[in-house]
Amino acid sequence: MIRTPLRPLARILSARQKGENPDTIERENLRLRHEEIRDKSRARAEVRLLFLSLGFLAAFATIGARMGLLAATEPMEPRTAAAGAEIVATRADITDRNGRILATNMQTYSLYAQPKDMVDPGRVARELAKIFPEIDPVALERRLTDGRSFLWIRRVMSPEQMQRVHEIGDPGLLFGPREMRLYPNGQLAAHVLGGASFGAEGVSSAEVIGTAGIEKALDARLRDPAQSGTPLALSIDLTLQATIEEVLATGKTMLNAKGAAAILMDVRTGEILSLASLPAFDPNDRPNPLVKGDPGDSPLFNRAVQGVYELGSTFKIFTVANALNLGLVEMETMVDANAPKRWGRFTIKEFQNKNYGPLLSVEDVIVKSSNVGTANLALMIGAERQAAFFQSLGFFQPTTIELVEAPGARPIVPKRWPDITTITTSYGHGISASPMHLAVAYAAIANGGVMVTPTLLQGGVPQNGPRVMSEETARDSVNMLRSVVAQGTATLSDVPGYQVAGKTGTAEKPNAQGGYDTDKVVNTFASLFPADDPKYVLVVTLDEPVETSGSEPRRTAGWTAVPVAGEIIRRTAPLMGLRPVVEPPPVDELTAVSN
Amino acid sequence: MRPVFFVLSFLVVMGLAFWAYRENYATQAALREMTQLQNEIASLREALTLQRAEWAYLNRPERLRELATLNFDRLGLLPLEPVQFGAAAQVSYPAPTILPGMEGFPDIDAPVAVTGQTDSETGAGNAASSVDGQFP
Repeated sequence: MIRTPLRPLARILSARQKGENPDTIERENLRLRHEEIRDKSRARAEVRLLFLSLGFLAAFATIGARMGLLAATEPMEPRTAAAGAEIVATRADITDRNGRILATNMQTYSLYAQPKDMVDPGRVARELAKIFPEIDPVALERRLTDGRSFLWIRRVMSPEQMQRVHEIGDPGLLFGPREMRLYPNGQLAAHVLGGASFGAEGVSSAEVIGTAGIEKALDARLRDPAQSGTPLALSIDLTLQATIEEVLATGKTMLNAKGAAAILMDVRTGEILSLASLPAFDPNDRPNPLVKGDPGDSPLFNRAVQGVYELGSTFKIFTVANALNLGLVEMETMVDANAPKRWGRFTIKEFQNKNYGPLLSVEDVIVKSSNVGTANLALMIGAERQAAFFQSLGFFQPTTIELVEAPGARPIVPKRWPDITTITTSYGHGISASPMHLAVAYAAIANGGVMVTPTLLQGGVPQNGPRVMSEETARDSVNMLRSVVAQGTATLSDVPGYQVAGKTGTAEKPNAQGGYDTDKVVNTFASLFPADDPKYVLVVTLDEPVETSGSEPRRTAGWTAVPVAGEIIRRTAPLMGLRPVVEPPPVDELTAVSN
Repeated sequence: MRPVFFVLSFLVVMGLAFWAYRENYATQAALREMTQLQNEIASLREALTLQRAEWAYLNRPERLRELATLNFDRLGLLPLEPVQFGAAAQVSYPAPTILPGMEGFPDIDAPVAVTGQTDSETGAGNAASSVDGQFP
């Protein structure tokens, strides 16, 4: 670059000659130079600004385009992430305590129609009616031709049926994948499992929701995607359940009972090893609830949990245990058992109007199942303490077992406790509870006096619940219950080697007129075994059984529920690995003889 | 020097472009393969679920009970009974087998002579009784 001098000599000399100030020339030149510099730096700044704005434009354009793209595209699973839960079946399996499957999922297809694409609706309707017998071809054709664009035809179908639908070959018939709940064991443990059905349905998928039982009670756990890979393990043992249902069904048939229920429970962990209720149903094809009549007659009715019955004499042991626990009596104390007992306008009688009195030991009150003896013990205890004891045993609240039916089965307890209520509830009348309540209360006796919470989930640990009676009381109670089986009303359940202990209960059913039907009874046998170290509680309930092998029909629990329970124990105890104990023969006693 | 540098950097750019091209296609191929594998895993899992369901169905207690009854003459299976429990002491041990060539093995109850003991080991004198020491 040629630099212009600020004071060019030629111009300075000529200016001097003209008498002008030569500094003007210098200033002028300086001004021009400054302008030149300014113009150059402006141009440079303009270029910089241009680049900067272009950069911003590009950046914002990129961000805008990316946002637009994200908003406009379908969401997609990241393909590079590790394969895992998203391709596992959606609803978790249910297994028994040994991992045998009780409920699982199966991939099937649903059938729907798009009548707009249909070539010959009449033929399609006729062909479909041949495949699915419940379809009415005329009605289906009318629905296919009434202008709608979408129609569900079938929720699930077998692969064979799907193939036959394929063979119809109409483009308007389409299939949507369906995950179907499957119960491979059929009716087994039906009341525990409940059943499942479809919730919100779409073409490509449908949600499976539980409708009853544990499927509904633990629906959230079973649907949780994070846990869908881990099956839900129940405390139920499939083998025990099958055995108990088999024996119970045989007993129900032989005794002409309307229904039957059995609960087998671990007395320390509260785990329910088996819960059976008959008649049962197939959860794969769950029947509809009854719309009229007694819902208790429906096979859906869970007698073990929902059935709230007066449980009769099985309650006597609670009265006696309470009296022992309060220190009012000892096992050998003689109590008044003179029957019949008058109380106000009521008369308390014994079975078949017998009289075991005038005095009975506390143990014999249980062994002979004396109403009057129990009533007198209850009067010694008093209403308040008796009600409090029943409450501590859980008879005032629904059980917390993991079935959706459980909270609805609220025991029926008297509102007030006058003396007559104290008397009747002492032998199990005027108070109604479910067999599950009874099992929990007997478990407290069996495990040394501690309440346990019943559970259907595996992994129970010995529970340390609130203590309801002293260990000594519990041990005495078990010994008395053992005597009932060894020499009392329940000898038919004395399985050699297993030292069964238990108490029978026979309660007449209340009828619609407010009285009691003498020929309709609920028989209950609550038992625990083995008596020297009780591990399991078994409650068997039969609804309206009658034993007809004798000259006249027998309806007491000793003839109905007891032999059924005995057979259940004989069959299940070996399956649980319980080794029969050889009991020492009775010590020779002096026998009074006269010569 | 400069042209060499230009040529070299051009070659590096071309090399990188080629590498990126190959990597791009390799990644796409790997993604495709993974999708395929995931589909395969899903279908295998589905098949596994179905087979487990079928296994459970075929092993349902009701069917096993019927099969045990049908095949009773061959299998002789009965429900487990309490009397089938036994103590280990009740198990009878098998009779000792006499291997060939061992027929001459001495009777275990017969007295045996023990040699190699000195008087000091067996105690004072009395050799006759200790040497003939009988093993009851």
